Amino acid sequence: MSQPILQVRDLCIDFVLEDRTIEAVKDASFELAAGETLAIVGESGSGKSVTALALTRLLPVPPANIKRGEILFQGKNVMTMDAAQLRQLRGGKIAYIFQEPSTSLNPVYTVRSQIGEAIRLHRPDVADVDAEIVRWLDAVGIVDPAARMHDYPHQLSGGMQQRVMIAMALACQPDVLVADEPTTALDVTIQAQIMELLGSLKERFGMSVILITHNFGIVSGFASRVLVMYRGRIVEQGPTEEILRHPKHAYTRALIDCIPRLGSKEKRLKTIDHAAIAGA
Amino acid sequence: MITTTPEPLEAAAAGPMARALRRFRADKIGLFAVAMVCLLGLISLTFFILDRLGIPWPMDPNATNLERKLMPPNSVNWLGTDNLGRDVFSRLLNGAYISLTVGFVAVFVSLFIGVTVGAIAGYFGKWVDNLIMRIVDAIMCFPTFFLILTAVALVGPSIFNIIVVIGLVSWTGTARLVRAEFLTLRESAYVQAARAIGQRGRKIIFRHILPNAAAPILVTAVLGVPSAILTEAGLSFLGFGVQPPQATWGNIIADGKTYILDAWWLILFPGLAILVTTLSFYLTGDALRQAVETRSERQ
Repeated sequence: MSQPILQVRDLCIDFVLEDRTIEAVKDASFELAAGETLAIVGESGSGKSVTALALTRLLPVPPANIKRGEILFQGKNVMTMDAAQLRQLRGGKIAYIFQEPSTSLNPVYTVRSQIGEAIRLHRPDVADVDAEIVRWLDAVGIVDPAARMHDYPHQLSGGMQQRVMIAMALACQPDVLVADEPTTALDVTIQAQIMELLGSLKERFGMSVILITHNFGIVSGFASRVLVMYRGRIVEQGPTEEILRHPKHAYTRALIDCIPRLGSKEKRLKTIDHAAIAGA
Repeated sequence: MITTTPEPLEAAAAGPMARALRRFRADKIGLFAVAMVCLLGLISLTFFILDRLGIPWPMDPNATNLERKLMPPNSVNWLGTDNLGRDVFSRLLNGAYISLTVGFVAVFVSLFIGVTVGAIAGYFGKWVDNLIMRIVDAIMCFPTFFLILTAVALVGPSIFNIIVVIGLVSWTGTARLVRAEFLTLRESAYVQAARAIGQRGRKIIFRHILPNAAAPILVTAVLGVPSAILTEAGLSFLGFGVQPPQATWGNIIADGKTYILDAWWLILFPGLAILVTTLSFYLTGDALRQAVETRSERQ
């Protein structure tokens, strides 16, 4: 296999508060191969989003403090990049999709103006920006993109807003797409559509994807490799199939058990018993 | 086959401006207040131009006529005359532009300072914010009116000085407001998203944050106008405003206060002019606030 597109080594991130310091990420090391789909799974506060934001140094410093570790993108160290290089990296090389499409779009601008902004930033050579916007809106499955691009965010449904966010991220033609809980704010049927869309776009444009989620249910069939985070540590990583079948860590097992199954005899949904995991 | 066509009926007027306009149009009191503001603006402009052209209409505001002094409202002097026989109606119209000019320009000055300072404090945060806001607190400790009075007494009471002093003293409220808006908006998801597509800080401030803070800034601006007008009237009343013989609403009242028991019209009409003007601006600002209020619609 060729050199990984993204390498993270011994990443430690602290949040320095007035009275104490919280270790959000502890010694995280992982790699992402070109064209690969990696899922980072963990509950709220496990450090998965912090890790994702740290990839392009989007964390506010302070309170965040990247104490230790290396992040290499195509062999270049992100930690030593200057502001201009970081701006190139953000969006242009590593693009993000966030959890809340309704608030991630600026309410005072049209879809056209926002996607156009992204295109002009990273692809100044594009002559016909409007045509490019239409092309990407079409690619994410928006009906009648030429008319829809003049809409304001509040005129779109949640699913459509997320499609616009995806179009905006893809329009910069990034090498890595980081989807931070892209479906959490959407209802279940839309969730499936968005995941399917992400999967097909990934195939079509051959980028690497990092999917961040707390939901093991959407991981299988999407990601080829899984990384489980618990309390700031990567507790387990490996091929999706293997982790789903033979989880080694008690927390992974507990997470997988949390997926509700049709036909299950259980009366109540499973929750995670942290005391038991800590003891294991 | 199912074809879905996007409904065009809303698409034409869906922007934040269009929405605010639509709501404003439904507000009867607001529309009336705006009409009043426009009328006042038109009056001041007309009589300012007439004055500059040297056309004394309806009468020369500064022509004295001691034979007709302290006349109650009559068919010649519609709003009566003062102790020097000057026509109150002419003086009121002639003084209108002073009030409005002071109101608008002073607000512009204070807005410029307030928005800049507030934006810097709110966006950069940390010690910058601390330093700036402590200075703002210090300025706010002084009673505004006396600060203005002292400053005007020092630099001299010309219309230009009055405008600058009012502007320089009254920006603190705007700065606080803008700072608070920036603090909130800085953490918003779309600012985060703008950072994530690699937008530069300057662009984020002007393109993503400022337009979203525009509504409350606009409302304070409009509400700042009547307070500047009142300040100017107060200064003129105390004799620190625009100097005689130039008529202003404040100094007409100041001249008339000696005759308050004999010549009620000297106090009443300029007082009403001030009241109607400030009320029109307050009501406009209020209507504007309701029209641009977007929070209830953001889910």
